[in-house]
Amino acid sequence: MSSLSSYLLLSAFLFALGLAGAITRRNAIIVLIGVELMLNAANLNFIAFWRFGDHPEALTGILFAIFSIGVAAAEAAVGLALIIAIYRQYKTTNLDRIDSMKG
Amino acid sequence: MNGFPLLTLITLVPLIAGIIVSGLGSKKRLARNLALFSSLLSLALAVVLWKSFDAGSGELQFVEKHDWIPALGVSYFVGVDGLGLLMVLLTSIVTFLALLASWGRAASPLAAAGRSPDSALYHALILFLQAGLFGTFTALNFFHWFIFWELSLIPAFFLVRLFGGPQRAPAATQFFVYTMVGSVAMLLAFLAIFLATSKPGVPGVFDFIQLGKMAARGELNQALVMNLGWFSLTGKQLATVIFGGVLLGFAVKVPLMPFHTWLPATYAEAPSPVTMLLTGVMSKMGVYGFLRILLPIFPEQVQWLRTPLLVLAIITIVFSAAAAFAQRDLKRILAYSSINHLGYCLLGVFAVATTGDGVIAPAVQKAAAFNGVLLQMFNHGVTAATLFLFVGFIEQRAGGLRGLNDFGGLRKVAPVFCGLMGIALFSSLGLPGLNGFVGEFLIFKGVFPLAMCSAAIAVLGLLITAIFILTILQRVFNGPLNEKWARFPDLTPAECVVVALPIGLMFVLGLWPQWILGMVNNTVGHWVAQLNF
Amino acid sequence: MDWIVKNLWLIPALPMLAAGISALTPQRGRKLSATLAIGSMMVSFLLALCAFAHTLGHQGEEARQVFNFPWFEFAAGSAGVLQLGWVLDPLTAVMLVMVTFVGTLIFIYSVGYMAHDDNFTRFFTFLALFAGAMLGVIIANSLLLLFICWELVGLTSYLLIGFWYHKPSAAAAAKKAFITTRIGDVAFLLGMVWLYSQTGTLLFYDHGAGCMEQSALAKMVVQTTSAGMAVSTAIGLLIFCGAVGKSGQFPLHVWLPDAMEGPTPVSALIHAATMVAAGVFLVARVYPLMGARLEGAPVETTALQVVTWIGAITAVFAACIAVAQNDIKRILAYSTVSQLGYMMMGLGMGGVAVGMFHLITHAFFKALLFMGAGSVIHGCHEEQDIRHMGAIRKYMPVTFLTYAAGMLALCGFPLFFSGFWSKDEILHAAHGWAPSQIPFYLGVIGAFLTAFYMTRQVMLVFFGKNRAAAHDSHSAALSHGHSAAEPHESPAVMTVPLMILAAFAVLLGFVGTPAWPWFQNFLEGEVATVDFARLSESATLMISSSVIVLLSIALGWWLYGRKPRQTAAEPDVLEKARPDLFWLLQNKFLIDEVYEATIIRFNAWFARTCDFLDAWVWGGVVLAVSYLTVGLGWVNNVFDQFVINLGFDGGCSGMSAGGRLASRLQNGQVQNYLRIIGLGFAALVLFLIWGGGK
Repeated sequence: MSSLSSYLLLSAFLFALGLAGAITRRNAIIVLIGVELMLNAANLNFIAFWRFGDHPEALTGILFAIFSIGVAAAEAAVGLALIIAIYRQYKTTNLDRIDSMKG
Repeated sequence: MNGFPLLTLITLVPLIAGIIVSGLGSKKRLARNLALFSSLLSLALAVVLWKSFDAGSGELQFVEKHDWIPALGVSYFVGVDGLGLLMVLLTSIVTFLALLASWGRAASPLAAAGRSPDSALYHALILFLQAGLFGTFTALNFFHWFIFWELSLIPAFFLVRLFGGPQRAPAATQFFVYTMVGSVAMLLAFLAIFLATSKPGVPGVFDFIQLGKMAARGELNQALVMNLGWFSLTGKQLATVIFGGVLLGFAVKVPLMPFHTWLPATYAEAPSPVTMLLTGVMSKMGVYGFLRILLPIFPEQVQWLRTPLLVLAIITIVFSAAAAFAQRDLKRILAYSSINHLGYCLLGVFAVATTGDGVIAPAVQKAAAFNGVLLQMFNHGVTAATLFLFVGFIEQRAGGLRGLNDFGGLRKVAPVFCGLMGIALFSSLGLPGLNGFVGEFLIFKGVFPLAMCSAAIAVLGLLITAIFILTILQRVFNGPLNEKWARFPDLTPAECVVVALPIGLMFVLGLWPQWILGMVNNTVGHWVAQLNF
Repeated sequence: MDWIVKNLWLIPALPMLAAGISALTPQRGRKLSATLAIGSMMVSFLLALCAFAHTLGHQGEEARQVFNFPWFEFAAGSAGVLQLGWVLDPLTAVMLVMVTFVGTLIFIYSVGYMAHDDNFTRFFTFLALFAGAMLGVIIANSLLLLFICWELVGLTSYLLIGFWYHKPSAAAAAKKAFITTRIGDVAFLLGMVWLYSQTGTLLFYDHGAGCMEQSALAKMVVQTTSAGMAVSTAIGLLIFCGAVGKSGQFPLHVWLPDAMEGPTPVSALIHAATMVAAGVFLVARVYPLMGARLEGAPVETTALQVVTWIGAITAVFAACIAVAQNDIKRILAYSTVSQLGYMMMGLGMGGVAVGMFHLITHAFFKALLFMGAGSVIHGCHEEQDIRHMGAIRKYMPVTFLTYAAGMLALCGFPLFFSGFWSKDEILHAAHGWAPSQIPFYLGVIGAFLTAFYMTRQVMLVFFGKNRAAAHDSHSAALSHGHSAAEPHESPAVMTVPLMILAAFAVLLGFVGTPAWPWFQNFLEGEVATVDFARLSESATLMISSSVIVLLSIALGWWLYGRKPRQTAAEPDVLEKARPDLFWLLQNKFLIDEVYEATIIRFNAWFARTCDFLDAWVWGGVVLAVSYLTVGLGWVNNVFDQFVINLGFDGGCSGMSAGGRLASRLQNGQVQNYLRIIGLGFAALVLFLIWGGGK
């Protein structure tokens, strides 16, 4: 088993963990944490492909990861703000109760 | 007078009056008076038209031409020549008479059913019918001509359907459907012509006059061949199919046998004033169409199909006369007699469609036939309307009875009635000195050299006509008085005044046919010169 | 041009005007309408005399003067103008004088005869209208004008035959007369339009351009129809058909005896003297056409031969029937038919003068006979059956004497009666006729029969024993208020015209004897000369015909006068001898029955067939089409309901179900969305792993 594969397996595990959390948990904050986990799994992929790719001397992979982390931070901020706003409106963070997006 | 839209005015007067009258509802008296006034106004306008018409010219006069839908080649185009003028005069006279005849009909059996022919609706429908007729006789562009053509049909349908006799429903339906089938065939034919004559960027032609000119130059057939490919028909066949469509439209209206079966039922069921309009004017629409549209636009086809068409005309003349003899209802007799008389018109129309090789002075013979046809149209309009007027009087007096054998010896109790109706009957028989003769003489004079055998057979119609007309006189007026009608009232002075107009016309036209001939002579000369046989 | 030529139209116009005025006169204006009618006729008579005098003053071609005027214009140029006009020539003049003179007398007579009729004014209206139309026929210089007046004459004949319209027999007879003559008229019309198309004019004489003048005739003679006949012959025969109808020639004679349903003055004026002679006059008028022939062809053209044969057959045929009739007027009617046949024969063989001479003499003595018969009928209280008369001589001496004069003239009694001279002319012409001698023998037989049936009639009516008493109840019922059923002499208003006519019946013959053929020469525009030598030329023929007539009268006397019949019921002498033949004659050779069984039945059948075709065949086709349409509508309806509608409904519900399904996906549960995204993602990955992306 090459080292790339192990990184990828780790990343996939992390992604599955995040997805499971995001899908199954009712609490919005936990869902957000799941989303973050999935993002980080993607970051891990970026780094792994960069390191074992054709041009490790260029800084492409690390730059992607840094951007991604930045975006995730911004997203988390927005997401938390949304959750707070929703909590204020509905007095709950239970996502089953929040279906105002129903078509 | 040239800039004044007289023809438009003539069509608009009954149309507007009709709209007003239809809104009058229960004010029957006012509706009746207004309708009569309107028809009188129309009559006056028609007289003005006649007086300001220049009989010295065979061209169209009082022409009004305005672009309407240029993209479709539609323009508002009206004008009259001698034929149009004659028909406008006839329409206004017969409508006036029909309205007068409706005057005393409130006591008819239908009054109880709330459908008495003195209602506002009835008068409005008659006025609409008149407007449609005026429009048809003046329009020269297919588009609005067809609108008027149909406009006259719809009020006629309702007049029969609402105010007719006991069998009115099937009669009216048959009338409507029959005429509609003809109209649709004609519409399709004209659309085909429209398509054939349109070129990229230039709309097709709906204009009768222009189409006539194209046909005379042979361009129309060429265009049909070039622009319309339909199955594997050759140009000639295609043109014949289109011709057939137009022919059907007119043949139903006149009617030409075998497209006539709607007529006896409709004439018999319609109230008598409406029958006056149907036979007096609406049947002329068909002959008008033959003269104005069919002959100029399809000269080759008429010429090509001349023999079968002549055979149909002869069948129409002889069969209808014989069928009239077999009828026992006065209205049905007169209905068949009407078919018979218009058969002579068609005989004349078809007979002229020849180059006339080997005939002495063919142009004179053709002019005679055309003039005869025009006279016959006018004369039949007056005479047939008068006869139905009299039958209406009989019905009123006899409580709806009008069988040939229901009466007898009426001459004893109603001598004036019988004398005047006798004059009308003899006029229908074609007695010289009355109007019917001159037209028939001119038709035969023209047809005989052009189509000798046809004329020789068609005179049988004259003979059979004499037989059934004399049978009417014998059974209804002569013989011992039927005691049932011992109190049959003679004509009232008011009725005498009403019938005096058409009876006077019969004498005037019989003794002085130049009155009409002078009006149409140059038109006819123009046609004879223009038609390309 | 003399004033009379220009104003010739006044002669027919005056009676017409009188008719117009009295048509508007109420029933009680009896005096007015009679005065108007008689007055106008008298003025017309004077004018006719002026016209006659005018023609006397001219000879040859000059004797024919015309006045033409345009009636209407139907095409450009002179060929498109229809001209009418009138002509004054000897033929016109003679006829004008005869018609106005006889007409005036009959009008005066009618005042007495119709005195008790309710419709007195109508009667004079119709009579005056008739006179106008008849005079129009005579003066017409255009075949069309002649035809117009011809038809008007037919109309008035119709009106007058049916004058007692309440009698079904009169109404039927009127209709029969009109329709039978109309059959001929239809052919006449065809001949007229044919002539018009050939010559471009209907004027008889138009200074060389008329259709009876040389240039037009020459053109028509050389052309032949598809049947190989010269066009002129074909046209002539068609026009002759009109004459056959009007003049009651075989086979269209059937209407004339029935026309006796009309009042007797009508029978005298219309159905003896004038209208029925119009057919003969027509043939005389178009004689140039009938006689038109190629250079060198025989004089007896086909058209003239047809005229001759028809005339000869009619003459004998009708005379035979007259022998067995019992109605006083019907005998005279058949006699008229027979005499008209003679006139046709005369025209066909001897030319205009011969036929016209008999026409004129016949008009006088036949009018006389009819009026005499009317007087007898009047005197016998409307009895018309000669078996119920007898010995009238004693009761009505004036009528008897005048009637006898008429009867002898009709028989052709030698030397002193007009009929002798005119009939002799015809027989003379027949004797010299080249194609065949049969018409001559037919003519002789006819003359024999004529003398016989007239003797029979006179014997039965005026001699013997009055048999009216035999059926007293019958005549009493008919004698309106007369104290006795005995016959009585008619008033002077009726007998004076009889006497005048009787004088003419005798004297008129002397204007046309072979010794002084003034009449013939006048018609031909020549000067007459007296030459008794000419008498001897035809002496043999004259003597033999006299012998025949005398023999016939003697036979008539021997059979009917010697032993007069005693009762009305006993059978006729001839009936006793040959009942079968007599029955056949009495029933007019069954011609009516034959027509009834053929033409009339055919006509009715044809009408029924047309009606049937109309109602069932044409109507059936229409019905079939409409049922087809209804059937199609039904099929369409079914298709709509079960195919279109079901399919559409199915489609609709499928759509809405799909919609419901799709909307369930979007339930606002964010995590659901995520689940789906996850599943999608997984599916995508699986897809990529298994190499689907290539």
